[in-house]
Amino acid sequence: MSTRTARTILPGFGLSLGFTVFYLSLIVLIPLSAAFIKTSAMSWSEFTDAVASPRVLASYRVSFGISFLAAAVNAFFGLIVAWVLVRYPFPGKRVVDALVDLPFALPTAVAGIALTAIYARNGWAGFLEPLWAGGVGRLEQWIPWGNWAEWLGLKIAFDRPGIFIALTFIGLPFVVRTLQPVLEEMEPELEEASATLGATRWQTIRRVILPELAPALITGFAMAFARALGEYGSVVFIAGNMPMHSEITPLLIITKLEQYDYQGATAIAVVMLIASFVLLLLINLLQKWSRRHHKI
Amino acid sequence: MASAVSSLNKAGPRTHTTRATRDSDWVRWTLTGVALLFLAGFVLLPLGAVFAEALRKGWAVFFASFIDPDALAAIRLTLITTLVAVPANVVFGVAAAWCITKFSFRGKSVLITLIDLPFAVSPVIAGLIFVLVFGLQGWLGHYINAENPWFPWLQQWLVEKDFKIIFATPGIILATIFVTFPFVARELIPLMQAQGTDEEYAAVTLGAGGWQVFWRVTLPNIKWGLFYGIVLCNARAMGEFGAVSVVSGHIRGETNTMPLHVEILYNEYQFSAAFSVASLLALLAIVTLVLKSFIEWRHSRTHA
Repeated sequence: MSTRTARTILPGFGLSLGFTVFYLSLIVLIPLSAAFIKTSAMSWSEFTDAVASPRVLASYRVSFGISFLAAAVNAFFGLIVAWVLVRYPFPGKRVVDALVDLPFALPTAVAGIALTAIYARNGWAGFLEPLWAGGVGRLEQWIPWGNWAEWLGLKIAFDRPGIFIALTFIGLPFVVRTLQPVLEEMEPELEEASATLGATRWQTIRRVILPELAPALITGFAMAFARALGEYGSVVFIAGNMPMHSEITPLLIITKLEQYDYQGATAIAVVMLIASFVLLLLINLLQKWSRRHHKI
Repeated sequence: MASAVSSLNKAGPRTHTTRATRDSDWVRWTLTGVALLFLAGFVLLPLGAVFAEALRKGWAVFFASFIDPDALAAIRLTLITTLVAVPANVVFGVAAAWCITKFSFRGKSVLITLIDLPFAVSPVIAGLIFVLVFGLQGWLGHYINAENPWFPWLQQWLVEKDFKIIFATPGIILATIFVTFPFVARELIPLMQAQGTDEEYAAVTLGAGGWQVFWRVTLPNIKWGLFYGIVLCNARAMGEFGAVSVVSGHIRGETNTMPLHVEILYNEYQFSAAFSVASLLALLAIVTLVLKSFIEWRHSRTHA
């Protein structure tokens, strides 16, 4: 009862809600609906031609595959980084902690040209190439069948490995930042109890800590994956952008726009939008699960 | 999704000093080493590369890239865009957080999800949807070319003034507002939810008006959270590339923002100039991180 009367005494409900809904519709909902309206005017065969041509399918494979790989690598190293930042004291920790957000604060175009400068053939990591090539040579000595140089790919920049590096870079903060608060709130008593009951440290990590972290870890992975799927700025500089091979879907949308193929571009965009919305829904469900998980 | 990237609302760390929760030394050093190496390789190296490449041909070349009229125009356009986009999103963020946290109404969780939506949309698609609405192939173009428009005087005015949104500054501003849309609201909603409404009730009971409550009670309480949101919003607004690239048209000296100017210089093989302008943006990122850490430090001190 008290909340009911109290609810009405604060002013500004109509104004703030009205403005919020108006601004949201103007900036987000109406423009987004334009993509769906434009696509709904296409016939089914036009739509499937636009979103399932070989070149578009190849771009999905590149975008989804490499984004998944980059998010997986981020999940692994992000777990280690979050664990170290929360649990171990070391000098300069504040600076390292702040640096985790750099991929988020650094404009993507800057990240793109910087990574290209590092990984291009004559770039900073050029010294890696003999090592890399040497490794491949040794592999061929040991396991002589197959074309290892081609399989492993000697190029980093201007090819698929470059896309992987760029997507790993931009997804880096997500896993760390979702895991950190969960790790900080985790009760040491859980681990103590596990140790008291005779578990080794490794058993405690595997049976107690990791299951406790799982929802947050999957959430972070999904966020890094979603971010990588839509990423454009950092990838175009380093990818080489070869159609059918190292062309990501966002770039294909831009290519279609530049050819004034607005329908084609919009149709592909709608496919990507649906993928993103499914991921957003999944992330929201995961976060709910995670919250419930930690209340019990 | 931004809430995961950074938020003021964190719990303080717990101390782990008992034997049961401590890892052996070699585990500790190995994991710390792996974490630091990973961050050095993926974060520090690119940052260093930007400045090293920018200064490769010396300070004279470095500074010359800023005096270039096209670079100055790009810097000016970026500043104008940010000066419109950030305040717009601040007003929206405060209004959204006010109605979501101070009142209960049906559809609240849907509203919160919708506010998050722009984070799930690829920047390229963010640009594309504004082309569809305001481009000459889109709804605005249809209106300008319509035979029987609703408001003939409006159509005439649009044609006479050669009114353009896409491939002009308004489109760049709109796309930037879209991609930075959730930052302030996302930061304020959890903060104001945690603070509750007691202080506002007290103020109203004591006879304060609506704006008085906001300026004297709410704003002082949320100022650090608001500042935090503004810092993140500003960084993204100045650095946005994909969305702006779609709507800009890339006219040198007119519709190029700083990130687009970097791209043009880079594609023309003017690497030193490209990295010089890029280093300015990298500096912005560093300032953002410093401010962010400072606010977090202030926040943890006042809430300790």
